[in-house]
Amino acid sequence: MGHPFRDVAIVGVFNTKQARVLEGYDSQTIALEAALGAVADAGLEPRDIDGVVGGIASNFLYQSRIGPAWRSMSALGIPAVIEGAMAIACGLANTVLIATGEAGSYRQHASTAPWTRPTNEFVAAYGMFTAAEFALMARRHMHMYGTTPESMAHVAATIRNNGHVNPQAVYSGRGPFTADDVLNSRMVADPFHLLDCAMTSEGGTALVLTHADRAGDLAKTPVHLLGGGTDHYGPSYQHPPVWDLGGVRRPDLIAGHVGRRAAEEAFASAGLGPSDVDVCEFYDPFSFELIRQFEAYGFCGEGEGGDYVMSGVIEPGGRHPITTDGGTMSFSHGGASVQLFQRVIRGVQQLRGECISSQVANAEVAMCTGGGSGALFTDVLLLGKDRP
Amino acid sequence: MSMLTPQVGDIPLPDPGPISTPYWQGCREGVLRFQRCLDCGAPTHTPALLCAACASMNLEWVDSSGRGEIYSWTRVWRPVTPAFITPYVPIIVTMEEGWSILSNLVGCEDNAVSIGQLVEVEFHHNGGPNDIWLPYFHPRSP
Repeated sequence: MGHPFRDVAIVGVFNTKQARVLEGYDSQTIALEAALGAVADAGLEPRDIDGVVGGIASNFLYQSRIGPAWRSMSALGIPAVIEGAMAIACGLANTVLIATGEAGSYRQHASTAPWTRPTNEFVAAYGMFTAAEFALMARRHMHMYGTTPESMAHVAATIRNNGHVNPQAVYSGRGPFTADDVLNSRMVADPFHLLDCAMTSEGGTALVLTHADRAGDLAKTPVHLLGGGTDHYGPSYQHPPVWDLGGVRRPDLIAGHVGRRAAEEAFASAGLGPSDVDVCEFYDPFSFELIRQFEAYGFCGEGEGGDYVMSGVIEPGGRHPITTDGGTMSFSHGGASVQLFQRVIRGVQQLRGECISSQVANAEVAMCTGGGSGALFTDVLLLGKDRP
Repeated sequence: MSMLTPQVGDIPLPDPGPISTPYWQGCREGVLRFQRCLDCGAPTHTPALLCAACASMNLEWVDSSGRGEIYSWTRVWRPVTPAFITPYVPIIVTMEEGWSILSNLVGCEDNAVSIGQLVEVEFHHNGGPNDIWLPYFHPRSP
């Protein structure tokens, strides 16, 4: 049997302008701008789309009168990309648009952003939000393995410096940052300082997948899906984020290692391992999560992530450079879903060789991720230049 | 340093549902309750229809000792909403019966928290339309 995604390619990607505030936009308009951008990037017209993923892409379906078409309401990052690819692989659609955007939903900053705040009856009364959820995971790792705030700060400084040199990052030119800058920023939720945390911003993003046989005729070099997987333990931010939370089927796969199974499946499907990954477009809600991911995916052993990120591998020019556009810390964190696609967007740009900053020379394999331990899910997608 | 106390502002309070009502009724009575499986004996929290170990629906409510130890903690300086006084210290407590609960630490200085610290439940009357008593935890001696 051939590779499940052999007949699928990503042919269009687009980020709109990203900013702390996008005046004059709402979520619909910025997402539609992203959709048109991705379609144009592929060298296609709206009428070429016969499948869409996400509620806002569904609006594009109506406005551009390209229905009837295949539609999924999956909207949160890598699972949506996998679902779009499956639709093409199964023959349900030929060309699928995935688009999302957010603007205008978070302008009053007395409270943390709405997407960071749970409503569940067992956490909300205790002042929980995303930073605190992830901090409870990080603190446990520090206790077990001696992981230091300095190693977390090194991760944050590295990612923020990638954004500093990226003209399209919301925080372009804000650096350069040292680990001390991170450690000296005000505390948000111990052990996370302000600069250990994702920002909040606004923006849109979109991508287009099509049949691989058609991809060669389009505007840009096609990028292929070598493998993917999604690991979820349940709803985010409703139950205690316990590092050792396990399941009955694979008791070894605890929540602290969430993403391990997804990575195992992705690597097996690709016939690759961690040493083959040229670009680590890892999701970066908080600095600790990069340390955790390197352990979860098998780049290093359990408890070794802190030393691993300090060993020179994650910086530009290192063997496994991370989050090369600045990620959610510096590039953008456009709301509830936008940034969950942007590791994939950047992975595609890296493999095309078209990044305007921090391009990894001759990158052939990119590992893109989304989620994190504090949210009890992690999704993984392996992208490659070669058709599987 | 500051002394950690229960939140008294207009914080979001629970809206108990059919599964969780016995839990919140216990809090009102000054008892921390959890669910235990009548088939396999495993504890379950947060309140659920299914046993976390064997998926049985045969669960009973039992009283906890109210004692446990801190499994992980954080200290929040940027409040989720202005209603919360900072710093506050979210904790995960491993209870003596082997289940985990998220709460806040009270009754000590904010920098006195550590993993492994022994704690005991106390209840604070928040009121509201559901007459909520929230469980918090304070340090205890062995």
